[in-house]
Amino acid sequence: MHNLTIPIPDEAIRGLKVGDPVSLSGVMITGRDTAHKWMVETFVKEARPPEGDDREVYEALKDLLAGGAIYHCGPVVAGLDTKEYRFVAAGPTTSTREEPYQGDVMHHFNVKAVIGKGGMGPKTLAACQEVPGVYLHAIGGAASLIAQSVQRVLAVHKLAFGVPEAMWVIEVKDFPAVVTMDAHGASLHAEVEARSKTNLERLLAAEVR
Amino acid sequence: MRDLTSSFLELIRLAATDLPAEVEHSLQTAQAREAPGSAAAGALETILENVPLARQNSTPVCQDTGTPIFYVKFPEGWSTRKLRDQIRQATAQATALSYLRPNAVDSVSGKNSGNNLGDDYFPTIHFEETEEQTLTADLMLKGGGCENVGAQVSLPNAQLGAGRDLGGVRKVVLDAVHKAQGKGCAPGILGVAIGGDRGSSYYASKEALFRPLQDTNPDPKLAALEEQLTDEANQLAIGPMGFGGETTVLGVKVKSMHRLPASFFVSVSYMCWAYRHRSMVVDGADVTYI
Repeated sequence: MHNLTIPIPDEAIRGLKVGDPVSLSGVMITGRDTAHKWMVETFVKEARPPEGDDREVYEALKDLLAGGAIYHCGPVVAGLDTKEYRFVAAGPTTSTREEPYQGDVMHHFNVKAVIGKGGMGPKTLAACQEVPGVYLHAIGGAASLIAQSVQRVLAVHKLAFGVPEAMWVIEVKDFPAVVTMDAHGASLHAEVEARSKTNLERLLAAEVR
Repeated sequence: MRDLTSSFLELIRLAATDLPAEVEHSLQTAQAREAPGSAAAGALETILENVPLARQNSTPVCQDTGTPIFYVKFPEGWSTRKLRDQIRQATAQATALSYLRPNAVDSVSGKNSGNNLGDDYFPTIHFEETEEQTLTADLMLKGGGCENVGAQVSLPNAQLGAGRDLGGVRKVVLDAVHKAQGKGCAPGILGVAIGGDRGSSYYASKEALFRPLQDTNPDPKLAALEEQLTDEANQLAIGPMGFGGETTVLGVKVKSMHRLPASFFVSVSYMCWAYRHRSMVVDGADVTYI
């Protein structure tokens, strides 16, 4: 088990290999579809001018994400009426939807760990080597269990995106995950995809028995 | 007509927080098959730790509480307009109580309604009047990750070498499981419909999922296909969460429908391991949850 504290130093990232179980502690931020599109369009590609609180949130994100971790998660949150927020269920969402954006976001903010499920593609794998960073796989559906590792909700940005899409700043302790894409170019997802493709071709070549 | 709002709320709570025993049992069997210490065994271990925790704390098994899909079968005399209102009220209450995540997003404005009430299709409610004396409401919570990896193919399909027969159906299903990899939260359960039009076919593929996980299809040809597909999907070795391993699917349920001479659709609905579904039977004053 590798115990990682956020912000994560480069040496710790390079010391991780596909298959390693990790336990994360520190402050991380959730971000999924709307957040990634917004970050890239407004601040990476600068395709549209910042509006509303965009600039303010960006400054907060720069601090949080430098050497930090972004979690693909749309949580169930209690205390919305009192603003005494508490995570009730918080498993990972499917990461592949962020593939068009993730590499750019990692480079722009110096993100060290991307946490989600289902793995990501070649662009993100290349960014993992360059930044360097890792993709950490949390267990999909294990939402009540993972919520227990969330100690506190420190802040929320862009709540106007809706509860699942907002960027929640959370303090976690012993958040469990597995390295499935490392900073050395290895991806468990590419490996399983290739092996299962060979199996599929073998099965498709045979007719119904 | 009696007000079932509080009963619908309990149905939603159970579906979101208390995974059916047969699914949990099937996951336990799957865990025993994985190599000790493997990533696949570890994933199933975490899953099996989460299930009783969610049940005990009445918190969602998975944070994506999905589209609530209701199938209500009722005897003569009930008002579907009132039942719809009660289901919608219960859905909003369940969201306020954190049993459900607010999941209804306006596709044009991007705004989340905040209470899981969207237009007429959110939540999804199907009504059917029957000759039974009891009212039965089945609820399935279907998350977006697994819904996204569903597939529909019009046969024949040259790329897969799939013709208009059960052999062709087999190829479509195996290809869909391969394309899904771990993204639908494997090990999944597949609902497969053969025939119909595009709409009715997908509808039937979800209906097929309501069959008990361990039952046998009454049609011997389809029963054989289900068994073969379960075995072969597992031979793909995608494994739990796509980590590689012995169990990629927990089961396959196939439903056949009539089709047009020109059309031969195969529709696959992929249900994640967190197969959250519950039923409620209203018999006079008694309400039972299954």
